[in-house]
Amino acid sequence: MSGSDLLLISIFLPLLATLLIPMFDKWQNIREAVTLTAAVLLLVTVVSIFAKFTAGETIETSSFEVLPGLPLAFDVEPLGMLFALVASVLWIVNSLYSIGYMRSHDEPRQTPFYMCFAVALSSTMGIAFASNLFTLFLFYEILTLSTYPLVAHKADEKAINGGRIYLIMLLGTSMLLLLPAIIITAVIAGTLDFAPGGILAGKVDDTVLALLLALYAFGIGKAAVMPVHFWLPAAMVAPTPVSALLHAVAVVKAGVFTVIKVVVYVFGIENLTKTGASDWLVFVAAFSLITASIVALTRDNLKARLAYSTVSQLAYVVLGAALASSAAIVGSGLQIVMHAAGKITLFFCAGAIMVATHKTEISEMVGIGRRMPITMGAFLIGSLSIIGLPPLGGVWSKWWLGVGAIDAGHEWIVAVLMISSLLSAAYLLPIVAWGFLMSPPESKPGDRVEVTEAPLACVVSICITAGLCVMLFFGANWVESKLATMDFGIQSGATALIEGERHGR
Amino acid sequence: MQILETIVGHYNQWITVFLMVSGLYIVIARGNMVKKLVGLSIFQTSVYLLYLSPGKILGGTAPIIDPNYTVYSNPLPHVLILTAIVVGVGTLALGLALVVRINEEFGTIEEDELFGKDDDI
Amino acid sequence: MMTQLPALQVVIPLLASLFCAFMKRGTVAWALSLVASWAVLVVSILILQQVLESGPISYAMGGWEPPFGIEYYVDKLNAFVLLLVSGVGAIIMPFAKRSVGTEIHSTRQPYFYTMYLLCLCGLLGIAITGDAFNIFVFLEVSSLATYAMVAMGKDKRALLAAFQYLIIGTIGATFYVIGTGLLYTVTGSLNLVDIAGQLDSVNNTRALVTSLAFLTVGISLKLALFPLHVWLPNAYAYAPSFATVFLAATATKVAIYLLIRFFFSVFGAGLVFQSLPVSEILLILSVVAMFGASIVAIFQEDIKRMLAYSSVAQIGYITLGIALANSNGLSGGIVHIFNHAIMKAAFFLALGAVFYRIGSVHIDHLAGIGRRMPITMMGFVIAGMSIVGVPGTVGFISKWYLAAGAFENGQWWLVFAIMISSLLAVIYVGRVVEVAWFRDPSGATLEARDPPPAMLLPILIFCAASIYFGIDTTLTAGIASQAAELLLGGLR
Repeated sequence: MSGSDLLLISIFLPLLATLLIPMFDKWQNIREAVTLTAAVLLLVTVVSIFAKFTAGETIETSSFEVLPGLPLAFDVEPLGMLFALVASVLWIVNSLYSIGYMRSHDEPRQTPFYMCFAVALSSTMGIAFASNLFTLFLFYEILTLSTYPLVAHKADEKAINGGRIYLIMLLGTSMLLLLPAIIITAVIAGTLDFAPGGILAGKVDDTVLALLLALYAFGIGKAAVMPVHFWLPAAMVAPTPVSALLHAVAVVKAGVFTVIKVVVYVFGIENLTKTGASDWLVFVAAFSLITASIVALTRDNLKARLAYSTVSQLAYVVLGAALASSAAIVGSGLQIVMHAAGKITLFFCAGAIMVATHKTEISEMVGIGRRMPITMGAFLIGSLSIIGLPPLGGVWSKWWLGVGAIDAGHEWIVAVLMISSLLSAAYLLPIVAWGFLMSPPESKPGDRVEVTEAPLACVVSICITAGLCVMLFFGANWVESKLATMDFGIQSGATALIEGERHGR
Repeated sequence: MQILETIVGHYNQWITVFLMVSGLYIVIARGNMVKKLVGLSIFQTSVYLLYLSPGKILGGTAPIIDPNYTVYSNPLPHVLILTAIVVGVGTLALGLALVVRINEEFGTIEEDELFGKDDDI
Repeated sequence: MMTQLPALQVVIPLLASLFCAFMKRGTVAWALSLVASWAVLVVSILILQQVLESGPISYAMGGWEPPFGIEYYVDKLNAFVLLLVSGVGAIIMPFAKRSVGTEIHSTRQPYFYTMYLLCLCGLLGIAITGDAFNIFVFLEVSSLATYAMVAMGKDKRALLAAFQYLIIGTIGATFYVIGTGLLYTVTGSLNLVDIAGQLDSVNNTRALVTSLAFLTVGISLKLALFPLHVWLPNAYAYAPSFATVFLAATATKVAIYLLIRFFFSVFGAGLVFQSLPVSEILLILSVVAMFGASIVAIFQEDIKRMLAYSSVAQIGYITLGIALANSNGLSGGIVHIFNHAIMKAAFFLALGAVFYRIGSVHIDHLAGIGRRMPITMMGFVIAGMSIVGVPGTVGFISKWYLAAGAFENGQWWLVFAIMISSLLAVIYVGRVVEVAWFRDPSGATLEARDPPPAMLLPILIFCAASIYFGIDTTLTAGIASQAAELLLGGLR
């Protein structure tokens, strides 16, 4: 099969699953089998795209003009490839987890749940492989709409309100800021195709450039840059598998992924460095990074704390994009992968705790480690990866961001990164510490606590993602080398840099 | 003097405008639905005059070709207005039919009373 | 046969309506209307094909040559409108059988179909004729039929709505005749092409400006331009479901076509937009409509009424496109005529199906309806996404053109106005979606299920169309932008 066919399959395969799932409404097992099969087939497709891609083949579909200058087209570039790989691997794990979670929670309306999930995955693939801003925007909006029913899934007052905030904020920012930005870009640049070196370079003056960047940075609400982050904590009313895959991986990553794409291929990093149009965003991202961590400290609800942690971690990616040096962009790309693995583990654990013990508040989780040792062990691994300690994947993204900051002449950012790591240690580690070191309040000291883990499907998924965090520490080199092939459109390139760093290590 | 001439010279236009405005005024100001329809008819009638007066040529005769006459009136406006009269009659008939039905259903054709009964409208 | 196509376009529904009136049974009348509607669609497709292949068609009615006889003149713009009107009529006819069957007393059904066919005939006539007075006649044919259709609604308030519409509609039509009369006194012609030619030699006289003013206000009453829209919400809310679908998708659209025709083809953009402040006035009214009507829509309890206000807002988009008077803006306006017709048809069809099942479209009665009638309400949601302007749907295409047109004119604030008003649409559509999917069903809703295929199919067709034409726009936006170029080419 040719590369372009594979690209289209990766987008239409989940959609096909969406059509098949309601047909097996009455037969749960077949319905779940459809989801799992689709997930496996999607991974196979994405991996074969990857194989062709590493073999140096250019993979692109022919473009279809919706309107003159508005083509629908897909191609593969390193960052998108990486994003697609992450999302498709984690979809399998997450589907497994969903089955365990949804069944033991006895959730209603599971058929629409799996349908929406499949649509969300399809649009994630669309975002990853979009070769121009319009295509990206199309799937960006479909992702918002398909995840809205998932957020409001519980259909009680709280869920409906959460859904409202989610929909209004995401659609609102994208229509009010992002779409005008795209229209302005189209009129000024005459094209929306992603191009190395940017399409706006040399076409507008610095003020307009900075303003346009602001429209993009806040218009891409999924990136959750403060103050457009409110939707993310609101989305935590969703069932945990949704929070795990969508609000730690697909949706938020789609946001920061779009930010990087826009910075690299629309503005062009050389253009930004020269004009300094993105300097203000460095401050905003740094502010977001620290503030969200502090807010996370004050949250007692585990999922809310994780949500603010996500806001903070996303700011790393935006920070990398704003620094606009090739090392920082590599750091951002790495952070997308590393944070995905780490955060999905944490969310899986939160869900497992909820399924097994019906506890949602951190203060209730004292001694939980004794009841659920595997889960809390995985939680520790995920936490350490988020904090950025070796031997876990999270360390590399922070390393590269630090290097990128120094390259860009913002040395103070290194301090910000360190403070943030300390803060994340402060809001994550106590949960583990209390969980393991203290005994549950309901049992007397010295008693043997009975082990009550979540359903097997959940535990297996947790182990897989935790394992992934460890593997990524060793596999990071490989990811870096892939990212380094990104065409930034500047001579120095990241390849040489990475080679140099590797020798130094 | 000139002003007077303009006014007198265009007396047909003045009548048209007077009928037009008074018809429209009745439609807006009266609450009784039949009166509204009367106003509407007056309004429409004014338009007939608007069309017909420029069609008449002073000294002209009916547009039947005859060697004794050289000046004819324009027949087209008359034809048009015949159509317009038919339309006007149709509208009036439908309007009155509606008023009858409204009277049957609501027991009144005064708008004030109807509004009092239904806040929705 | 092929040369008589323009005449057939209006004669078929006219004759069919005559026969319909003598039918005893509703089903027979329905079958006759179905055949007529489909025949009309075939004719309009053939006309469009002919226009695209060999340019504008001029047809002398009864063999009387223009400018003295009545000329039927079809170019790309009105071929497009003809296709729209007849297409909507043909697609929604299968829906009519059951919907009309439950909402209208069986003895009156043949008359209802008679009115429908007359209305179809009138609308097609307005679009096809090139004679200013003939337009008035067709305008009144369609309007009188519409008043009667609205009055047949189940709710007795339908009578009041019909009367209100009759008064305002007649004033609008009379204004139109006054404008035409003044135009006739200035140029001595009623043929639109001929008038346009004569106006070259007429200077900017007071009679001409007065004529333009009367025509604009008269047509604006018909197309429900804010603040002349008061008749619309009541008429749409209380008319029988089928009538609402047809009117919402076609009636106002044809009036908009008329406005475009007079502005650009007859008076010429030079007079209308450069020497008079029409553009500024229209722009402000459009923006107020986009906001005002959308906000009012948010607070409606009756969903049909809510969508009626949404129509007023959407008409604001179209007139905004006209007011922008540049290529992108006008294309956006024209394409939105088509796009809005598709989505409103889908909306009102879905509501008609709901009404058919539970006998109400009040928001409180719709709790959980999405779970009982999933396909119908999915149609509602897709139409909703369209009206919001989600990319991949027709609404996005319109919005893209309009925003690009506004930005080109340097009115960047308008870009944001367009977007904010779309967000208001998110709120009023979202309100229904929340109730329909996230509340538990109760009462009549418990028993509801999707309607039979004949009713479901039209909904699905319009939903599919609103996605298809959001991606493949060669037909819609392609013709719209060509028509816009043509109309703006007349800039004198």
